[in-house]
Amino acid sequence: MNETAEIAANKHKDYTGAKIGMWLFLFTELFLFFGPFLLYSIFRYRYSTDFINAGSELSLFVGSINTVVLLTSSLSVALSISALQKGNKKLTLLLLGVTIVLGAVFLVNKYFEWDAKIVHGLYPGAEALLSRPKGEILFFGLYFFMTGLHALHVIAGMSVLAVITFFVMRDKVTQSDYVKIENGGLYWHLVDVIWIYLFPLFYLIR
Amino acid sequence: MDYTEKAHRPIKYSIFVYVWLALVALTWLTVAVSGMHMGRLSLISPFIIASAKAFLVVAFFMHIKYEAGIFRLFIGVALATMFVVVWLVYSDIAFRS
Repeated sequence: MNETAEIAANKHKDYTGAKIGMWLFLFTELFLFFGPFLLYSIFRYRYSTDFINAGSELSLFVGSINTVVLLTSSLSVALSISALQKGNKKLTLLLLGVTIVLGAVFLVNKYFEWDAKIVHGLYPGAEALLSRPKGEILFFGLYFFMTGLHALHVIAGMSVLAVITFFVMRDKVTQSDYVKIENGGLYWHLVDVIWIYLFPLFYLIR
Repeated sequence: MDYTEKAHRPIKYSIFVYVWLALVALTWLTVAVSGMHMGRLSLISPFIIASAKAFLVVAFFMHIKYEAGIFRLFIGVALATMFVVVWLVYSDIAFRS
């Protein structure tokens, strides 16, 4: 690129615009989860005893561990942005790697959790589940739908962060041009915020 | 209109670590409180604690504390929209026979 073109390209970077775009997208994601959240609150009100019975079958321990895992991954991605802004590329890459690994840990825990329910015939449409009270069927339906949708977002977030890691390696995202890593981080934090609300919904009703 | 960007100074590592400690502490608190049977309070307390955690994540990890005011306005509009939807849905449910 010649010098004039380079200056023009730099001028056309709109930092605030890029972030506003990301936030608008995050709001659409928020409303995607808000729908089932409302549905949950209504059914929980109608079938509170069934919900408490079904909720007590989930492992509070695994749920709490996963909450801490996701909170820690949010910390590492937030730190990685500061590290890049301070010009520490190595630390940035390390912290992004830690974030992706923690995302994977979360999914492995989720896998075992789902598996433990599925072997007992507790999955949407299973006969063992359908013979239970109405509220419990609704609870497990919402559980699989909402945590499943959330897990898809964790996978999407890990993919985004993997691409960002690649960008940092190739110096496409740098100390002076970091809006991509910030936006990737925002997505990861949103996934964390959604989990913060899912956790009490399914694990803390006793 | 002035398009010059404020220089974004990197946020100190220690601030993030303190926020993380607060988040873990609040997680512990919400688990501990869920064991006590406090009637209506135990229905609302996990939601309040979750909102405190979400506030910390949004304010610090998502940099809203350090961002231009327009972002706070956006979040306010989104929350207000949610409030209206909740209000409409719940009043619909309440008056259905």
